Amino acid sequence: MALTLSTGSGFWNPVVWLIAIAVVVVVVYLVWRRGEAGYTAGSAQVKPFISGNAEPAKKVAQMPASNLYWGFTEALSGYYSRVVPAHTGIVTDYLLWVLWVTAALFLLVVIT
Amino acid sequence: MIPQFLWDHAPAMTVAVPLLAAFLCPLIGKFTATGRKAWVLAAAAATSALALFTAWRVYTMGTWVYVFGATVPNLSVPPDSGGIPIRIIFEVDAMSALMLVIVAIVGFSVILYSLSADGKRSGLEGYYTLFLLLIASIVGMVSTGDLFNFFVFFEISGLASAALVAYRVEAGRAVEAGLKYFVVSTLAGIFMLFVIAILYGQYNALNIAMLASRMQFTMLDKIALVLIIGALATKAGSVPMHFWTPDAYALAPSSVTALLVVASQASLYGLFRLIFTLYNLSLNAATVGWVLIILGVLSMFVGVTMAIPQKDVKRLMAYHAISQTGYMLLGVGTGLAVLGNVAMLDAFGRMAMEGGIFHIINHAIYKGLLFLTAGAIIYRVGTRDMNRMGGLGHRMKWTMIFFMIGALAIAGIPPFNGFASKLMIYESVYLFNPVLAIIAMVVSILTLASFVKVFHSIFMGPQLPEYEHVEEAPTAMLWGMGILAALVILFGLFPQQVVDSLITPAANALLDQSGYLASILGGA
Repeated sequence: MALTLSTGSGFWNPVVWLIAIAVVVVVVYLVWRRGEAGYTAGSAQVKPFISGNAEPAKKVAQMPASNLYWGFTEALSGYYSRVVPAHTGIVTDYLLWVLWVTAALFLLVVIT
Repeated sequence: MIPQFLWDHAPAMTVAVPLLAAFLCPLIGKFTATGRKAWVLAAAAATSALALFTAWRVYTMGTWVYVFGATVPNLSVPPDSGGIPIRIIFEVDAMSALMLVIVAIVGFSVILYSLSADGKRSGLEGYYTLFLLLIASIVGMVSTGDLFNFFVFFEISGLASAALVAYRVEAGRAVEAGLKYFVVSTLAGIFMLFVIAILYGQYNALNIAMLASRMQFTMLDKIALVLIIGALATKAGSVPMHFWTPDAYALAPSSVTALLVVASQASLYGLFRLIFTLYNLSLNAATVGWVLIILGVLSMFVGVTMAIPQKDVKRLMAYHAISQTGYMLLGVGTGLAVLGNVAMLDAFGRMAMEGGIFHIINHAIYKGLLFLTAGAIIYRVGTRDMNRMGGLGHRMKWTMIFFMIGALAIAGIPPFNGFASKLMIYESVYLFNPVLAIIAMVVSILTLASFVKVFHSIFMGPQLPEYEHVEEAPTAMLWGMGILAALVILFGLFPQQVVDSLITPAANALLDQSGYLASILGGA
């Protein structure tokens, strides 16, 4: 079939995915239709309900980027404590890395 | 009806048009800013049309040899030259043609975007001169069949890129990033100059086909090979020579960053071209293949893990660009590692190479799109810091949609283009070494996680008071992004057509060293 991508040992057909997306869209639409149609915009009806607590200021409610994945970076702190400092921002270090890698490649290519 | 001069001279004109347009830019800008805009747009459109025409002819009629200054444009070895191709020769085969398609698509989109994004800034004469020079240098790098000529375009690309990175000053930070790029680029240029000296000293030739036909793989040739990998992997942004990339990509104007991605890929093209066409089976393919694979795996993993903690949206995207370069190195490296084994090459090596090459064009399109969306956001909110953003999806709906398309593509989510090329890499590399394929998949998951963070931080959440009056990006910027977004979807929905028409011929061109040599030395 024209839309099927052959990968040598397998295949992929985007049409299957599109059909799946279409099914999901229909389900979402059906759920949405069951929602409350009659509400007043700007009234208490559309305010978020947070277990009876007052809604915090918009700025406070926004989760900043640096707080996301804190757990991930903390779990890999051993890795990050080595890799991040290697990015010194000093151009002579950049050159040294190029020279070190080239020297290592030289040994590898010459030996083999 | 196609004019005769196009049939005869399109490869040369693809370089000449942006080059001449670049130097006329300041003159036209002296008289009229609107005229300069029209001039730059027309130059970009003409360059893209010429590049697409050249690519189309190559894909339909085979390799195009263009000899500068010859009485007949394809007379590569004149009768009185002693059998040596003495002139500068462009040899555009299917691999070069693929790169021309990339330049045509991304070059035009970013110029269209830039005319709006940068239109109200000062110093535009020099800016667009450098912009067009960068396009000309990339076209030259991917078209030439001459090693010294490649070096010249490589240097022009480095100089234009460094100047563009530094162009907006940004309280000195951009100048510092430009200087770093310039210094690293100069070292890579010196490496390439040594390569030229070594090869010319031994073989008395600079034409790549001629050099390949005389290649003995002596100790000096091994040194030249190492210097080629060192120089071009550095310019492609491969770990651990990638350090310039986040600095330069983050601080350059976003339209420039999108084009810098293509410039880096031109270096990657140079690396693949010289390894496959200049050395081919004369080198130890397994060793050099594994070198590319290791550089690829390091780039994938370090790139994505360094992206996750970033707060600067463009710096984060720069690390992802490094990570994606790793996929290309992994795919093509796998093909190279089994180059000497016909059974393995046919079983999965060729497919891995096709996956890696397909990822080059996919990456240029979706990464270009992502940098343009980042530029649109910065254009409106004035900061690159994601901690200070939020809720922009309420006001910048089109930018958000384009960002989603780019983010899903880079994460390898179907049905976008990144998925198709990654799938080809996963399945073929799995047959070579399952661990490598698993690492590639894990990196894709981390990429998705990283872009979920970006999406949430920039677009989700309540509308922040300071961004209540933020408007959608200007129409020209949306068109620039829209062209790339449409191609992301198109390439994702019709991957086999793209592979059949563009990718397989490109991979075959890389593998067919004798065909490349015959086009020049056979007097084609």
